[in-house]
Amino acid sequence: MMSPRSYGAGGVPAMAIRRRTMLKGMVGGAGALAGLPLLSACGDDSGGGGSAGGTVSFGSNWSDEVPKKGIQAMMDAYGKGKVDINTVDHNSFQENINNYLQGGPDDVFGWFAGYRMQFFAEQGLIGDISDVWSDIGGGFSDAMKQQSTGKDGKQYFVPIYYYPWAVFYRKSVWQEKGYEPPATMDDFTKLAGQMKKDGLTPIAFCDSDGWPAMGTFDYINMRTNGYQFHMDLTAHKESWDQKKVKDVFDNWKQLLPYQSPDALGLTWQEGAQALGTGKAGMYLLGSFVTRQFTDPAVLADIDFFPFPEIAVEGTDSVEAPIDGLMLTKKGGDNQAARDFLAFMGSAAGQEAYFSVDTSNLMTVKDADTSSYTDFNKKLAGVITDAKHISQFFDRDALPAMANNVMIPALQSFLKDGTVDTANLEAQAKALYAAQ
Amino acid sequence: MTAEAPALAQASGVARRVSRRPRLRFTLLNRRDKVVLTLMVAIPTLIQLVLVWIPTVLSVLLSFVRWNGLAFSDLRPAGIANYEYIFSTYPSFWPALQHNLLWLVFLAVIATPIGLLLAILLDQNIRGSRIYQSIFFSPVMLSLVLIGVIWQLFYSQNNGLLNFLLGTSGTPQAVDWFGNPNLNIWAALIAATWRHAGYVMILYLAGLKGVDPSLREAASLDGANFFQTFFRVVFPVMRPINIVIVVITIIESLRAFDIVYIINGSKNGLELISALVIQFLVGEAQVIGIGSALAVVLLVVSLVPIVIYLSRIFKKEA
Repeated sequence: MMSPRSYGAGGVPAMAIRRRTMLKGMVGGAGALAGLPLLSACGDDSGGGGSAGGTVSFGSNWSDEVPKKGIQAMMDAYGKGKVDINTVDHNSFQENINNYLQGGPDDVFGWFAGYRMQFFAEQGLIGDISDVWSDIGGGFSDAMKQQSTGKDGKQYFVPIYYYPWAVFYRKSVWQEKGYEPPATMDDFTKLAGQMKKDGLTPIAFCDSDGWPAMGTFDYINMRTNGYQFHMDLTAHKESWDQKKVKDVFDNWKQLLPYQSPDALGLTWQEGAQALGTGKAGMYLLGSFVTRQFTDPAVLADIDFFPFPEIAVEGTDSVEAPIDGLMLTKKGGDNQAARDFLAFMGSAAGQEAYFSVDTSNLMTVKDADTSSYTDFNKKLAGVITDAKHISQFFDRDALPAMANNVMIPALQSFLKDGTVDTANLEAQAKALYAAQ
Repeated sequence: MTAEAPALAQASGVARRVSRRPRLRFTLLNRRDKVVLTLMVAIPTLIQLVLVWIPTVLSVLLSFVRWNGLAFSDLRPAGIANYEYIFSTYPSFWPALQHNLLWLVFLAVIATPIGLLLAILLDQNIRGSRIYQSIFFSPVMLSLVLIGVIWQLFYSQNNGLLNFLLGTSGTPQAVDWFGNPNLNIWAALIAATWRHAGYVMILYLAGLKGVDPSLREAASLDGANFFQTFFRVVFPVMRPINIVIVVITIIESLRAFDIVYIINGSKNGLELISALVIQFLVGEAQVIGIGSALAVVLLVVSLVPIVIYLSRIFKKEA
C-alpha cells in the first residue's frame, strides 16, 4: 500500500528520510543521480551467490508499526534459519527501488504485485521462484497466481496479504436513517442525494495525497469498461483519448456534487475521521482504513459494500492490492532464501501475520480463518466471488504515469469537473516511450 | 560610496596588482609554496568539477535521451522530445514557472523588507533584543519535518489554529488553506516569509552593527531625521550586505522547495520547478530524460541573475 504521504503515523519519519535523498538530488544535480545506478551496477555481479549457511537477508518496507510487528511475527514463526531483517521506511524504500535493486540488495525484499513487479522481472533484476511456487502454488487461487506471474510466465512474487477497496460506512448511522447499500450507480447517486438532504457529507473524499482518487477512477473505469480495459489502459495498449475514457469521467461527474467539497486539502486520515464521527455517510478506500478506528465500538460498527455496478461485468472486478515478497537476483542462489519465501507463502506464515494485523486478509486458501471477524469474512467473500482482481492504478500503470500525470489530472478534475483526455494521451505517449 | 565597499574593493585591488606584476609574484614563491598552492587550488577545483560541473554536463546530455535509468543499452536518443514535452504537453510546467516568479516577487517585495524592518527595530537596543533575535531566527534553523507539523497545525482545515481563530473551525465555511489552489500558494508564501525574514534580519543586523556610528552622528548634526539618516546614509553604506541579500533572495526563490513539498508534494496550485525536477528524477516515477530537461531549464533560469550579478562585479573590477 502506498502509505500516507502527509502527517499520518508513518508520515513524518518518511519525510525525514526522504529529505535526505532529496538534498542529495539538489546537491548532486541530475547527472549525479543518474550516475548512481550505473556505478553500483558495475559491481553487481561479483556480489552474487548470496549468503551461505541458512542466513537470509531481508529488506523490509513494512515500516509502519502494525505491519512491522506482523512481519516480525512471521519471522519468529519461521525458525528454520537466521533472517537478518533490514527495515526501511516504506516510502523511501519505494522511491529508491531502482538503486536498491541494482546496488547490493538483500536476498529477499518486500514489494507489490502488478506492473512494477513485472517490470523488474523483465529487466532481469529478480530471481525466478517458479520452483517455490510448485511447492506452495496449491495454496493459492488462480487469480493470486496470475498476479504473481511475470510476462514470461514464470513466478516472481509470493503474496502475503491483500486489502480490498470498497465503500465503507457505519451501520448504526445507516440503520438510523434507513439507508440500504446501493446495487447500481443510479441507486448510489440517489442514496447520496438523500444523505445530502439529511445533512451528511455523502461521500468522504480526501485527495490531498493525490493517490486516493485513483481508487474511484479504477472502479468507475472497470464498471464502465471492464477489467480488461483497465489493464490495457494502464499498460497503454489503449489510448486515453477515446470515448471510453471520457465516459468514465462523465460517470464520475454525477458523483462530484456528493463528494467532500474540499477534497484536495484533506488527507485520507481526515476522511476516516469524518466517517468515524458519522459526519460522512460513505468512504471509498482500502480496508486499511479500519486501522484508523481505534475505538473498538466504532470499529465493530463499520461495514462496507462493493462499488455498485454501472454498465458491464456487474461487480465482478475487485480492486485488491497485494503485498508480498520477491527474491532479488543476488538472492537467487541462496536456498535459505527460497525456504524462507516458501514459508512466507504458507498458511502457518500468514496466520502469524494475521494474528497481529487484522486489517489485511491472508492470501493462502487453506489458512486458518477461524480468527476472522464477520467483517474479515465478508471482505474475504468479496474476493472469493471476484472474477478479476486489479491492483491499483499506481501499481498497474507506469509509476511516472500514475504520479506525474494522473495525480495532477485527477486533482484538476476534482476541482472543476473537466479533464483533457487528448493531453493525457500525449503525456502517456511521451512517458511510456521513455521506458 | 565606493569607499565603503571595503572587502570587495580591496580584494579586487589586490587582484589587479597581482596581475600587473605576475613575474615578481611568481619568483617570490619557492618550490614548496608552489606545491601547496597548486594543491589548494587543484583539490577544490577537482571537487567542484566532480560534484557540480560533470553532473551538470551529464544533465544536459541526458535531457536529450530517453532512458529508464537501468542499463546503458536502454539509452536511446530523443532529440528535443523531452523539451517539447515540457513546454507544450506537460500541464504543470508553466504554472510552476509562474509560481517561481511570484515567489521571487513576494520575497523581494514583502519578505525581505520585513526582515530589514525587524533588523532596524532590533538594532534600537531595546530590552530583550537577543530573545527577539532568537525567536525570529529560529525558523531558519528548524528541520523540514518540524516546519511541516507547525504549519499543518496552523492551517489545517478541520483542526487548524487559523480556522479556530476565524471561528470557522468545524463549519462548512472553514477555509481550506492547503487544498484551495487559489489560496495555498499564499499560505506557502507566508510560511516562506516566516523563514526568509529571519534570515534577512540576521544579515542586516550584522550589517547595521558594522555601520560607523560617526556617520549617523554627522547626519544628525546636519539635521537629518531618522528616515533620512536611514535611507540616505545607513542603507547605502550597507551596500555589500544589500548585494548579498539580493543574491540570497533570488536563490531562495529559485530553490524554493521544502515548504510546498511538505504541504502536498507540490501539486494542485503549488507547482514549483525545483519540485518538478525532483518528481521526475527521484523515486519510482523517474523519467530521467524529462527530469534532466527540467533541470536544464532551471539551470538556465538561474543563470540569468547569476550572469547579471557577476558581470556587474567584474565590470567594477575592470
